[in-house]
Amino acid sequence: MLKLLASRFLQGLLTLFVLITLTFFLVRAMPGSPYTEEKAIPEHALARMKAYTGMDKPLPVQYAKYLQNLVVDQDLGDLIRKPGVEVSEVIRDSFPVSMFLGLASMGIALVVGIPAGVIAAVKKNSPTDFACLAFAMVGICLPSFVIGPLLAVFAGLQFESLNVAGWSSPTDWILPAITLGLINAAYLARLSRGGMLDVLSQDYIRTAKAKGVPGQKIIIRHALRGGLIPAVAFIGPAFASMISGSFVIETIFQIPGMGQHFVNAATDREFFLIQGLVLFYGFLIVGANLLADLAQIALNPRLR
Amino acid sequence: MIRSLTLLIPCLFLFACNSESQVDKATREGILLLGNSSDPKSFDPQIVSGVLESNILRSLFEGVVQFDQKDDLEAPPGAALEVIPDETFTVWTVKLRPDAKWSDGVPVTAEDFAFSYERFLTPELGAKYAEMLYFLKGAEAFNKGETDDFSTVGIDVIDPLTFKITLRGPTTFFKQLLKHYTWYPVPKHAVLKHGTISQMGNPWSKPENLVGNGPFRIKSYRRTDHIEVERNPYYWDAENVILNGIRFIPIGNPYTEARMFRDGQLHVTYTAAPDVVDLMEKENPSMLRKEPYFGTDFYRFNTTRKPFDDVRVRRALSLAIDRQSLCDNVYRGYTPAYGISVPVGGYDPPKGIVRYDPEEARKLLAEAGYPGGEGFPRVKILTSSREATQPTAVQALWREALGIEVEIEFKEWTAYLAATQNLEYDIVGAGWIGDFIDPLTFLEIWSAGNGNNNTGWSSEEFAGYLEKSFAATDPAKRFEFLRSAERVVLEEVPIAPIAWRAKNYLIHPSVKGWDPVLLDCHPYTSVSLVPQKSDK
Repeated sequence: MLKLLASRFLQGLLTLFVLITLTFFLVRAMPGSPYTEEKAIPEHALARMKAYTGMDKPLPVQYAKYLQNLVVDQDLGDLIRKPGVEVSEVIRDSFPVSMFLGLASMGIALVVGIPAGVIAAVKKNSPTDFACLAFAMVGICLPSFVIGPLLAVFAGLQFESLNVAGWSSPTDWILPAITLGLINAAYLARLSRGGMLDVLSQDYIRTAKAKGVPGQKIIIRHALRGGLIPAVAFIGPAFASMISGSFVIETIFQIPGMGQHFVNAATDREFFLIQGLVLFYGFLIVGANLLADLAQIALNPRLR
Repeated sequence: MIRSLTLLIPCLFLFACNSESQVDKATREGILLLGNSSDPKSFDPQIVSGVLESNILRSLFEGVVQFDQKDDLEAPPGAALEVIPDETFTVWTVKLRPDAKWSDGVPVTAEDFAFSYERFLTPELGAKYAEMLYFLKGAEAFNKGETDDFSTVGIDVIDPLTFKITLRGPTTFFKQLLKHYTWYPVPKHAVLKHGTISQMGNPWSKPENLVGNGPFRIKSYRRTDHIEVERNPYYWDAENVILNGIRFIPIGNPYTEARMFRDGQLHVTYTAAPDVVDLMEKENPSMLRKEPYFGTDFYRFNTTRKPFDDVRVRRALSLAIDRQSLCDNVYRGYTPAYGISVPVGGYDPPKGIVRYDPEEARKLLAEAGYPGGEGFPRVKILTSSREATQPTAVQALWREALGIEVEIEFKEWTAYLAATQNLEYDIVGAGWIGDFIDPLTFLEIWSAGNGNNNTGWSSEEFAGYLEKSFAATDPAKRFEFLRSAERVVLEEVPIAPIAWRAKNYLIHPSVKGWDPVLLDCHPYTSVSLVPQKSDK
């Protein structure tokens, strides 16, 4: 167990190193730079600006300096277009918002998705099953940029107490959380339905039924544990992606979360911000996968 | 599942049940809710260069003169009592208000202004918009590091409330320039308290440290969420400021912004997308504004590439564009441009050169060796992903009038800018919004080496006229020279002007004192909010 954990941890570190190295060089291979403005910056000012951020140096030197700052000082660097603003400041300000929204959406996804999948599996080929499957298909097929504005228009404009966008009133998380949650609920429903169907056809379930164990008990005590394994494997990375924010959801609902920075940093060529965000996201994914592994071990004795 | 949802939703609604919209509440409290596109890059007027930042800076700082509520050419006094030119419009004496104070109570002095201009021009600060101060005598040499003696720059402090500005030549429109945020003062004491004069990223302009001399000061800031400003009690005219505050909301998506407006979350939007304009025209025309804006949309031709090294080809393509049809069908509220500069203050671009004349266009194209479009290379229109319909319309117009096929190439914003500036394009769609109310802001772009030229074109004749305009003391004469300069650009067609812009936006009826102005720079001191009977 400990050996497994240590090996996963080291793999995680290696993943992060590769990730940051690739990101560092890839973002610099994009056309344009953080100094590309609508009106070209005069040469003499550009030289000063580059000297300030160290971008006048050769790439390997910049890379070494970046790694040194990262490892020795835990410094992610500053924004280039917004002098004086630290990358860590941006993450610190926006991550709690995304995390809150992610947790709420995850809650909705779990509460809606897993029971829907389980009920569908138990009542296989019944109208309930078809309804659940249809709901899942709609959730998977309709992108958030369709569901989001529809919800905003139909719920936000209809109900006085709900705002169509913003992050100031205590109910502002509801519409974005539903949008984000429903999409993941759809995946979860499909995965847990599939997992449950597999388990429900196993011999030990038949044995339990033959012994006269009540239906509900079979499902809760015996089937769920095995049936949810595919869903749990999905939850780890999905969770990391939900709490790190979504560009689409944040743009539609005007939320000061982290997701928009991923896209804006790329289009603005905010090199240090992209690197910082990718590293942070990578860290979350590695961590969430580790937790998902642990959860799977707990659910599946054969993995121990 | 259904039972739990039916229970959950009413609970959530009970959570916050209020019938008053945010706009109602804000109107009652005197807080203006403004859509402002995106998060500002900085609050330092010497670091930024964008329209959305200027909207915020206008509330936090004040130049020696300000914007007028209605008249674009007026320049009512701001931090100064008077700004007096000599007879050649070269030396300007500024007399500051004795009661002008920074938002921490320290008086605004002539020394602050001298310090500001020194800081802005100091090469080490690397201010990208320092060019705006090159009108000052000696500023360019100092900024480019050719001298490190600031006394060579035309700023002289006479006494704590008076300073003299010496310009590089007669500048009749100098008051218009002075309205631009690059001429705002920064507080010497606060800048030096947090760092040095030339320090990049000096934390003096962080929201918690910022000191300004404008009618408002920062109350709260949350990245990508809002900037709220409140009344500055030290402002010299504080008693005449009507608003209690302004909340700038950085909304990047115009449709989100329109939904927020309709839901009663905004007083004024930053923009209105074409389909929003159509919808509002039908549903609620009184809340829609389509106002002339000091900007031009145009196409650049890469004159270093074939076939655009031939002026006949460029002229043919420009003549084949039916601008009226574009404005009627593609743009909302734009007017067909017959020049690069928007007509203003008695200046009118030369007429008759930019026109729709497909007959002449076909003739020119045939002369250039492409009769009926035959053999014309397959060129591309480069466009940023922000604009889609307009190049498609132009593509169709050219196919129809000239029989040529052009492709459209989309690039995301930064890649598009990089390709434009590296001259890696054939034709590129672009626009420019003037910095100050004068044709020069549109014409100087086409000088050789200007960071905005990006066509590979230059002309000594053009430069000559521009040079002559710099020496003219008579405004009418100056306009003559500028018109001649513009004629050169229009005849040689490094660019084809398309349309003069309109500012389309939505405004709530409770907002008063928000009149149409060309630069869209509304003085917040004259804005007020009057509650309406039915507000949503």
